[in-house]
Amino acid sequence: MGQTVTIDPVTRIEGHAKITIHLDDGGAVEDVRFHVTEFRGFEKFCEGRSFWEMPGITARICGICPVSHLMASAKAGDAILGVKIPPAAEKLRRLMNWAQYVQSHALSFFHLSAPDLLLGMESFPAARNIVGLIQAYPDVARNGIRLRQIGQEIIRILGGKSVHPSWTVPGGVRQPLSADDRDTIKRMLPDAFDIIEIALDLLKDSFESFAREIETYGNFPSLFAGLVTPDGGLEHYDGLFRVMDSDGKLLEEGIDPARYRSIIEEAVEPWSYLKFPYYKPLGYEDGAGMYRVGPLARINICDYIGTPRADRELRQFRRLGERGKPVASSFHYHYARLIEVLFALEKIEETLESDDITSTRVRSEAGVNQLVGIGVSEAPRGTLFHEYHVDENGILQKANLIVATGQNNLAMNRTVRQIAEAYITGGKPGEGLLNRLEHGIRMFDPCLSCSTHAVGQMDLQVTLVDRHGTVIDRLTR
Amino acid sequence: MKQHAKRKKIRLATAWLGGCSGCHMSLLDLDERLVDLFQAADLVYSPIADIKTFPEEVDVTLVEGAVANVDHLELAQQIRERSTIVVSFGDCAVTGNVTSLRNRLKVDDLLTKVYQEGPGKAPRGLEEDRIIPALIPKVLPLHQVIEVDAYVPGCPPEPDAIWEAVNALLHGAPVRLKQEMRYFG
Repeated sequence: MGQTVTIDPVTRIEGHAKITIHLDDGGAVEDVRFHVTEFRGFEKFCEGRSFWEMPGITARICGICPVSHLMASAKAGDAILGVKIPPAAEKLRRLMNWAQYVQSHALSFFHLSAPDLLLGMESFPAARNIVGLIQAYPDVARNGIRLRQIGQEIIRILGGKSVHPSWTVPGGVRQPLSADDRDTIKRMLPDAFDIIEIALDLLKDSFESFAREIETYGNFPSLFAGLVTPDGGLEHYDGLFRVMDSDGKLLEEGIDPARYRSIIEEAVEPWSYLKFPYYKPLGYEDGAGMYRVGPLARINICDYIGTPRADRELRQFRRLGERGKPVASSFHYHYARLIEVLFALEKIEETLESDDITSTRVRSEAGVNQLVGIGVSEAPRGTLFHEYHVDENGILQKANLIVATGQNNLAMNRTVRQIAEAYITGGKPGEGLLNRLEHGIRMFDPCLSCSTHAVGQMDLQVTLVDRHGTVIDRLTR
Repeated sequence: MKQHAKRKKIRLATAWLGGCSGCHMSLLDLDERLVDLFQAADLVYSPIADIKTFPEEVDVTLVEGAVANVDHLELAQQIRERSTIVVSFGDCAVTGNVTSLRNRLKVDDLLTKVYQEGPGKAPRGLEEDRIIPALIPKVLPLHQVIEVDAYVPGCPPEPDAIWEAVNALLHGAPVRLKQEMRYFG
C-alpha cells in the first residue's frame, strides 16, 4: 500500500499552500503536488465596481506587493481614459515600483530564505526563522530589516502609507514629491547600497556549500518570460513581452503585452485553486509550454541591465549558465533577486536627479474614452496583467487578472518533484527534507494571496489524472 | 521592555486567515522594534515561522484576515481554545472588509464562473480529498466565529498602533488605542 505525506501548511511563504508526496509501495516517489488552498474571487466581485476604485480594491489582493497591483490597475485605467500620463508622474510611479522591489526582495531573501541559507536547511525548525536569525546572526538580520525598511519608507514618503497607499491612480499619481522628501530618500540610499553588497557576498559565498541544492532545486529546462525595454534592457514598469527557450533562443522577440491572450493560456487541475498558465504555441502536454517568470526569468531574458553596478553583476551571473543559454537552476532566483535590488537602488538614485522629479504636474484628467483597458507591469515575482472591460460610465463588466505566481505554477510543481526524487531514497522523508521542499517553493517567492484571484476568461483546459499519472479525462472550452 | 527581561517570556502567535497579509507586513514594519519585541516574546506560531500546528498555551494571538473557508474555521477554533487573548488584527478580521466583497455571490456560482465557464471540473475541496478546503457560504469577521478580546482596526493597522497594542498586551494591560489609531481603511 503506498502512502501519502502531507506538508501542511507550507510555511515562510507568502500565502496558503500544502504539498503532498505520493509514495508507491516500495517507498519511491510516485507524485508530488503543490496545492494552493486559498481562493478569494476578486475578478468576479469587482464586476459592477468603477474602474476608479480598482487600484484601491486590487491592492488588497496582496499586502506584500500592493504596489504592483496599483501599477497594473492604474495603467489599465490610463488606457480606459486614453491618456498619456505626465512625465513626472511616470517617474514617480517607477520610483515607487523600484522601492517595492527593494522591500519585497529584502523580505524574500532575509526574512524568509536566509534562515535556510545561514542556519541550514535541516536546522532546528522552531528557530529557523527571522527570530532565530536575529539571535544567531544579529547583523545580518538587522541589515535585512533595514533594507526592507528603506523600501517601505520610500513608498510611505511617496504615497503616505507603506502598505496600500492610495496614491497611484488612473491618469497619474495623487501627490507630487517635495524637494525635502526627495532629499530624505537620497540620504537613505548609501545604507541600502552597503547592505545589498553584503547580501551579494553572503549569497555568492554560499554557492560552494549549496552545490547539490543548485543542481537539484528546480534545475530543468523551461521557457522564460517577462518584459524588456524596446531595445532589450531590464524593465519593471512598462515595455515589451519576450519569451526565451531553454537554449536562449527568442520565441517572442517583443510583443505588445496587451496581446498576451494570443500566447498565454490557462489550465485547471482539480487539486489546486491556482491555475496553470502555459505558453500556448507549445501546449500544456508534458509541460512543453511551461515557463518561468520573475527575477530569474527577467535576468535571463534581458540583453543587458542598464546600470553600471548591476551590469557588472550580470556578467558574473551569466557564467552560471552554459554559454549562451539561460541559467536553469531556480536556486539562482536568489541571486537574480539581489541583482534586481542593486538595479532598483541605482535607478532610484538616478531618477531622483531628474530636473522634473518635483514637478507638480502629475495627473492627466479625462473621462472614459476606451471600453477596454489592459495594464501590464512586472511585479517582483513576475509579469502581472490586469484587463478591464467597462461600460460608458466606467463600470466594470468583466475583469481578468493573471498574476506572476500562477505563471510559475508548473515550474513550482516540477521543482518539488525534482527535490523529492533527489532526497527521498525510500520510505517516509524526515523533517529536513520537508523544509527542502518548502525552500524549493520559497525560491520562487510565490505570492499566493495574489495568485488565487485569477479568473481566466481564456480557453480553459481541465485534466484529470489517476494515481498512475494516466490522463483519464480532459475537457476544454 | 528591558526591565521585564527576567519575567517569563510571553508566548506570542500570529495567524493569517482570508486576507492579503498586509497586516503582517505592517507588523514587520515595526522594523528595529521587532528585535525588542522578540526579546520579550517567543514567536510560537506564525506564517513567518516553521511551526505546523497551532501550539497549546499561547498568551496572545494576532489574527489577520476574515474566515472564508473550512480550514480558517478550524484554525480559528484552535486559536480560541489554546490562546488566552485573541486579537482581531486588521479590517478583514474586524469587519470582513475586502475579503467579504464576495458575499453577494453564491459560492457555487463564483467557483463555476471562475473555473468552468463551460464544462469542466472545478477544484472545490473535494470531500474525499480534503487537500484544498471548501469555501464557506459567507465570509465572516472573526468575532462572528469565536470570541475576540481586542480589536486593532486599519487596512492595515499602522505600525504605531500595532506597537501600542502589542506593548499593552506584553505588560498584561488592556488594549486601549488612542482615538487617532482607531480608524478603518
